[in-house]
Amino acid sequence: MVSTLALDASGDIARAWAVLHEVPDPEVPAISLCDLGIVRDVRRGADGVLEIVLTPTYSGCPATEQIEQDARTALVAAGLGPVRLSLQRAPAWTTDWISEDGRRKLREYGIAPPGPVAPGADVPIRLVRRTAAVAIACPRCGSEQTERLSAFGSTACKALYRCLSCREPFEHFKPI
Amino acid sequence: MSTPSIQPSRDPSVQYLLRLGDTCLILGQRLGEWCGHAPILEEDIALTNMALDLVGQSRALLTRAGQLGAAAGAPLHDEDQLAFLREERDYLNATLVELPRGDFAFTVLRNAMVATFLRLMWTRLATSSDSELAGIAGKAVKEARYHEQHAADWVVRLGDGTDESHRRMAAALDTLWRYSSELFDADAVDEAAAACGLGPRWSDLRGDWEAAMGELLADAGLQAPKASTFLTTGKRGVHSEHMGFILTEMQYLQRAYPGGAW
Repeated sequence: MVSTLALDASGDIARAWAVLHEVPDPEVPAISLCDLGIVRDVRRGADGVLEIVLTPTYSGCPATEQIEQDARTALVAAGLGPVRLSLQRAPAWTTDWISEDGRRKLREYGIAPPGPVAPGADVPIRLVRRTAAVAIACPRCGSEQTERLSAFGSTACKALYRCLSCREPFEHFKPI
Repeated sequence: MSTPSIQPSRDPSVQYLLRLGDTCLILGQRLGEWCGHAPILEEDIALTNMALDLVGQSRALLTRAGQLGAAAGAPLHDEDQLAFLREERDYLNATLVELPRGDFAFTVLRNAMVATFLRLMWTRLATSSDSELAGIAGKAVKEARYHEQHAADWVVRLGDGTDESHRRMAAALDTLWRYSSELFDADAVDEAAAACGLGPRWSDLRGDWEAAMGELLADAGLQAPKASTFLTTGKRGVHSEHMGFILTEMQYLQRAYPGGAW
């Protein structure tokens, strides 16, 4: 990163990062693409064009194309165009890349942020369990007395929970 | 007027990717049929979310299959051409996933069988000699874990539930189990993939799959039916009577409105 910035004589790369910090995720607009951790690199291509490397969250995320379009539009509007966007699958995106700031914004938005991806997450746990193994705190009242209603929510990246203390339903960004 | 069909490459690496990509695609289509029909809203959302993951995985695999086909001398086909413009015999999914969706017990048991298989497959493919495929697998294995857990939860709840839910789960098992043989029937396509490090022979996954399924069925109070000689051949392009109908529904729009896009 340091070397990239050192080569950024025009300041365009730093400006591009700043712009992308303000582009909201289309499905969870409370956080930006950078908060979500899907901007993997911003660099200057051999031909001088600004290259943005994004990583998809889920294979089937219907927002992927929208995200590319939003990023391009914002960068061009900021006078940084033309830009070249590319998708990089490996290493696979993980919720561990969501920034601390992003986690705070998720909580304020009413979505319980993901915990760290547990080591051994590759061993599926086969139990009928309505309450989570790791307590998910209610983003509204903070209670850890919550139960899972469904492993899938309004988007693939979220699960549906209910707080047993304040009785409010809420969404949880699943660790992956 | 309709769009003419395409002929995919017969290269073994392409066939290997199409087998996997088509298995994801057709199961995704079957799960999508639950939209608006699942027993409860949460399951409606869960099944269609998993359908999205599967279609997304398929998109990546079909794209890669098209690229490898072009490298082997065929015309370059993109994901949409491969998904919508092939003839039935050129779809290479396992027969298991094309069976009509049945009741909810049937759907979750099939999901458990396929998700367990795919989780094992993606784990192995994450170290494929093809870096693009390895990248696809590294992402997909995380999704397959959620799918497997969801399906396994339901297999246990229904198998170890009421008399009625147990009866339905046992009936689903009786119908579906024989279709698993095809998942582990390796041929020259598998040998070629194993030889060049593209991926494992499907038969290599059998032991781990049987162990995982055996444990799940035991938890659910179910017993795997005895092995039989019944062997389906979807991944060689010879499908059940259900395949033509699902393709008709999938292909209608692209055939009637060539190049149609959202």
